Amino acid sequence: MTERNDGPSRRRVLKGAAAGLVTAGIAPTIITSRAYGQEYRNKPSGDTVTLGFNVPQTGPYADEGADELRAYELAVEHLNGEGDGGMLNTMQPSNLKGNGILGKKVAYVTGDTQTKSDAARASAKRMIEKDGALMITGGSSSGVAVAVQGLCQEMGTIFMAGLTHSNDTTGKDKRRYGFRHFFNAYMSGAALGPVLADEYGTERRAYHLTADYNWGWTQEESMKNATEALGWETVNTVKTPVGAGDFSQYITPVLNSGADVLILNHYGRDMVNSLTQAVQFGLRDKQVNGKDFQIVVPLFSRLMAQGAGDNIKGILGSTNWNWSLQDAGSQAFVKSFGAKYGFPPSMAAHTCYVQALLYADACERAGTFYPPDVIRALEGHKFDGMGNGPTEYRAEDHQCFKDVLVVRGNENPTSQFDLLNVVQQVPRSQVEYDASIFGGELGPYEVSM
Amino acid sequence: MDAILLQLLNGLDKGGAYALIALGLTLVFGTLGVVNFAHGALFMLGAFCAVTLRKLLTLEQVVLDTENLTAWGTPTEIRTPYVEAWFGDFGAVLVNYSVPLAILLAIPVMLAVGVAMERGLIKHFYRRPHAEQILVTFGLAIVLQEIIKHFFGANPIPQPMPENFSGAADIGVMLGMDPNVIVYPWWRLVYFAFSVIVIGAVFAFLQFTTFGMVVRAGMADRETVGLIGIDIDKRFTAMFGLAAVVAGVAGVMYTPLLPPDYHLGMDFLVLTFVVVVVGGMGSLPGAVAAGFLLGILQSFASMTEVKAIIPGIDQIIIYLVAVIILLVRPRGLMGRKGVMES
Repeated sequence: MTERNDGPSRRRVLKGAAAGLVTAGIAPTIITSRAYGQEYRNKPSGDTVTLGFNVPQTGPYADEGADELRAYELAVEHLNGEGDGGMLNTMQPSNLKGNGILGKKVAYVTGDTQTKSDAARASAKRMIEKDGALMITGGSSSGVAVAVQGLCQEMGTIFMAGLTHSNDTTGKDKRRYGFRHFFNAYMSGAALGPVLADEYGTERRAYHLTADYNWGWTQEESMKNATEALGWETVNTVKTPVGAGDFSQYITPVLNSGADVLILNHYGRDMVNSLTQAVQFGLRDKQVNGKDFQIVVPLFSRLMAQGAGDNIKGILGSTNWNWSLQDAGSQAFVKSFGAKYGFPPSMAAHTCYVQALLYADACERAGTFYPPDVIRALEGHKFDGMGNGPTEYRAEDHQCFKDVLVVRGNENPTSQFDLLNVVQQVPRSQVEYDASIFGGELGPYEVSM
Repeated sequence: MDAILLQLLNGLDKGGAYALIALGLTLVFGTLGVVNFAHGALFMLGAFCAVTLRKLLTLEQVVLDTENLTAWGTPTEIRTPYVEAWFGDFGAVLVNYSVPLAILLAIPVMLAVGVAMERGLIKHFYRRPHAEQILVTFGLAIVLQEIIKHFFGANPIPQPMPENFSGAADIGVMLGMDPNVIVYPWWRLVYFAFSVIVIGAVFAFLQFTTFGMVVRAGMADRETVGLIGIDIDKRFTAMFGLAAVVAGVAGVMYTPLLPPDYHLGMDFLVLTFVVVVVGGMGSLPGAVAAGFLLGILQSFASMTEVKAIIPGIDQIIIYLVAVIILLVRPRGLMGRKGVMES
């Protein structure tokens, strides 16, 4: 019996099979790496690029969502070279030319978050999978932002968050594919603290009413830390159910608690209702510990302030941006928005408009739509001319750092929009913090499709 | 002691709102046998009667000031309400009292809405299972709130109370205590008094008028009342209208306490159903008693001392009480035998 040397030996077959298995295992990694021609989800092939605007079109924040959508439509106009150009004229540095993004005309699709995490994820998924959206942006809630940016990380689609104020969005829940231009609860506390000390002194006793969900907890913690650092004492922190409507049963215990400041860690309807009712209980006319009783609303929004009517007059809070800012970027945006819609933009509109432009500019700088390269272009990017002074997208957590506005409810409004006066533009250096304090991992640049 | 008195006051004023809404809900269930999930929407529609009247009273004459421009380059607007331009101080008083005046608008509007709702939709579901009634009335509630959102937007719209009632009353001084120990908003006291008056008026109407007597007879035995030649259906339609009016005026007077938005009715709906179930399905005194009871319990459960013992009790107290009462008294506090037991 002779042994045949020309056919496959058992050893060769085993070697070949092993090599095949190893290759099959490695292949997906290789295909998703930059070395292989930058294939990625929804790579634009025609002459347009599609962006997905995921905003609350129904539900309690529908009016805020409508303002976000107006801002996005304006941004698309400006990116495509229509209208007066808005902040394209003031953004520094800028690679935007008014000819779309990388020469492709900007188109968009919209989704309705309903301000519900599951609905927001579903609409984002639909826009990515069915409508070919290359980037998702928008929203009016931290719960939604965290949910959508988690999805976007899985799908390899960049998410430029809208209004989200929880520390967690760029803290423990931060993601490589998520970017937040809006400020956060920590920054509100850091900005408000010194102003509160100046206005109300350092010997105060604070009572917190806090919305019982993620954002409320981080807002309470940040305000508590900031005010206790001033020397204030925290009398009590009470969690209130979201959407409680009538907060009177939580306000009555404040009356004789010995507190002389009430901090309302509420947003939206809860803020409108709790503030209205606290004022009705005579808290602002009260004297406790020999001092005038004060109410503080850490996060103010002009749209929400309208709902509280006269009750916001004189109340201190913080905000991301206000249309009364006099810098060139803010004025250019207010002019474009006001001319198109007949009223000034909200802070949510400003954030969304800026996010759309920043994404487009990052694509231009990267020279590609390839998400990992666009992410790298955004990370650590420094810019100016978009309101609130020089700004930076910090690479470590994708949080934007810029000046924060401390505002007071206007005592003598000249119009229905003139509700907040800027008390102080708190410099960015005062609200910066070490990215590691809120934990979290950004995750990988490369994700498998 | 002062804390307990404050919470008691708070519970009574909350209970007043619950009882008012639950009263209408029970009235509809007791007469027509319909589980009306659109009842909260009627409360919301009433609130928007107040919003509408104020919008009408504050319609403004707009004059453009070309000397001063807005930040976006258009002339600023100088706005003067017509009613103040035409009637001077009297016009200002009308605007100031727009909320109580809105009751005059809400009564006919809500009566018409109630009758149209009953004749146009709900009468077709009398003999259908309760599950179908719930589905159709819940759907109607969603339609109504979307209509309101279309015309008024999603944001709350503040409705100021008359200036004379905008402060807080020093109840402590009235009770011989030190000043500022027990202060309570005037409008909440007004609301409590208003709810007592409306509840009393509804009971008096049912107790002391021939119409009310027939309705009560129909609630007890519909067939027998029909056999003696009384058209009970027409009277029950009127009762649906009355229930809508009660919910509507309750909504009108609540607007200064809670800036209304399209979702206002849903906020109260589940809660008032619990009130009705605890009170006993179809029992008007039960609904009122349960309204006040749950209002007071909810208020006391929110006290720091109580929450220190049982954390989170404030968020579940109403449902906890409902479970206990249904276990001990399955028909509710004052439920009638045979209601929803077939």
